[in-house]
Amino acid sequence: MQPQPTTDSTAAPALPALRKRLKGLGPVVALVLLCIAGASLNSDFATFDNLMNVLTRTAFIGIIAVGMTFVIAAGGIDLSVGSLAALIAGVMIVAMNALVSGANAPSGLSIVMLGIALALAFGALSGTVHGLLITHGRIEPFIVTLGTLGIFRAVLTWLSDGGALTLDFNLSELYSPVYYHSFLGVPVPVWVFAAVAVAGAVILNRTPYGQHVQAIGSNEQVARYASIRVDRVKVLTYLLLGVCVAIATILYVPRLGSATPTTGILWELEAIAAVVVGGTSLKGGAGRILGTVIGAVLLSVIGNILNLTSIISVHLNAAVQGVVIVTVAYLQRGRR
Amino acid sequence: MRILSLCLAAALVAGHAGAAEKVTLGVAIPTATHGFTGGIVWWANQAKKELEAAHPDLKIIVKTAGSTPEQANQVQDLYSVNKINALVILPLESASLTQPVTQVKNKGVYVTVVDRGLTNPAAHHAYVAGDNTAFGRLPAEYLARRLNGKGNIVVLRGMPTTIDNERVEAFNAEIKKHPGIKILDAKYGNWNRDDAFKVTQDYLTRFKQIDAVWAADDDMAIGAIKAIEQARRTDIREVFGGAGAKFAVKKVIDGDRLVQADVSYSPKFIYDAIKMTATARLNGQALPARTIIPSVLITKANASQFYFPDSPY
Repeated sequence: MQPQPTTDSTAAPALPALRKRLKGLGPVVALVLLCIAGASLNSDFATFDNLMNVLTRTAFIGIIAVGMTFVIAAGGIDLSVGSLAALIAGVMIVAMNALVSGANAPSGLSIVMLGIALALAFGALSGTVHGLLITHGRIEPFIVTLGTLGIFRAVLTWLSDGGALTLDFNLSELYSPVYYHSFLGVPVPVWVFAAVAVAGAVILNRTPYGQHVQAIGSNEQVARYASIRVDRVKVLTYLLLGVCVAIATILYVPRLGSATPTTGILWELEAIAAVVVGGTSLKGGAGRILGTVIGAVLLSVIGNILNLTSIISVHLNAAVQGVVIVTVAYLQRGRR
Repeated sequence: MRILSLCLAAALVAGHAGAAEKVTLGVAIPTATHGFTGGIVWWANQAKKELEAAHPDLKIIVKTAGSTPEQANQVQDLYSVNKINALVILPLESASLTQPVTQVKNKGVYVTVVDRGLTNPAAHHAYVAGDNTAFGRLPAEYLARRLNGKGNIVVLRGMPTTIDNERVEAFNAEIKKHPGIKILDAKYGNWNRDDAFKVTQDYLTRFKQIDAVWAADDDMAIGAIKAIEQARRTDIREVFGGAGAKFAVKKVIDGDRLVQADVSYSPKFIYDAIKMTATARLNGQALPARTIIPSVLITKANASQFYFPDSPY
């Protein structure tokens, strides 16, 4: 192994703080412009109810994208999150249904709590396995997670026999407030999304661990020489992402009360798009949680506006989304 | 014709000491990626189980493919490795599978194509499909009756495909006959519950009065119903799905408030196609060139005939 010149920059940003801030405004500007467009096209766009609809449906992708920001900031990638969400949903439903039909079944509430605990454990475990395969197994993250993308979804399809896994009706009633209820007028998933985003931002920007993540993404060799425990930090990023996927799934299951083989399809690309649109470089280095949140909201807003209007042929929806993604990325250019 | 082919079969039997009666039938279908294809896979395996038990001279090999190239490879392997002499295929895509299927047909394999057709009709001997025109027309007729010829309907479309176009065109053509009924908008829900949920939420934001939703698929109907429940809207009187999924038929049987009718488009047609092909080939006969399995309006009166609780769909 060739020693690297030590003059390489590590985590320290070269740009002055103000210029950095201005550069990061791309997605905010795009979001504001989109909102103005939405409000002028349809008067219902700017209503509180519609805003809450958009934020609630963003919660799944948004929470996953917060976790994804860590993985990408450390120079990794995870393609399996959509399949993992589907499998966690399936495993939760199967386990909870099994408990409710058992001989001495525990109370409904404790079954739901157990289901949630199982989801978190499963997410953390899958993330850890990814991390270990990538660090100790020395396999590219792209390949590891491409493999598990197939594995997770196939296992779910097998579990559901190709059809739908549906949560027991009474449990579904008991569990549904987790998605459908509001606290102070704001739906529960939006609160959870906000909490995850704040926690993510604090961890990434205000802790040594967050600095290590960005240092590794910036230059892994230098980080090693700086005696950062690279493997451990990397495994932790995948573990965090696994937990984020589990949290998203915990919010998702009460929405429709079921998991099918199409659950979570392409979520990985939406999450990655949210991260990149938000200003985190796919090459790793500086991660931006706030940018990711705005990126995720931006993607939902495009879909919402297209549904609320009928100027553009429905065939072109994906094209409009593509144009906005590329435009925002263009506004972000020059960042690493 | 029948007598002729029987004579022919008899002659062949006499000539080759029974060898001609053995049928090795390949089944190439999509993998179970959503409820409907889950049903296809289940019914294909059901056909294998029942027909192999009933006919010792019959061997059925079921292959599922997730992509068009994979299915093309499977068709090739079924011919060269498994030595099939009959093929029942539900092509993932019409255009790209036409060549591979034509090639095995030219080598003497009897080909039945199911549901999605091939672009060249010479590529197969027989075609078996559901009735997509009726799939669109029947709900339109039913909703027009249910709304007494007056009201607002929103439409969820499937994925942009020829099947979807056929259904929506038939639906629109029928609705046009009722000037009191207005189609407010039609957007793609991609045969997916989550997408249907979002699109319906946005419809509910946009339109203050909706009398019925044509969800055009039972999976999408679930998403639509959840969005309606969440918004606590009481103006919607009917959510019409489609395809006869077991949970939807159950709702019809139970007299659900929003789901009172459905239209059949059962994945069971793969079972029918395999059975028809196998029995015809065992007797050395051919199938009619085109068999359309009718789509039937399911209401409380006949729903029990369409309820298959063991099927995943």
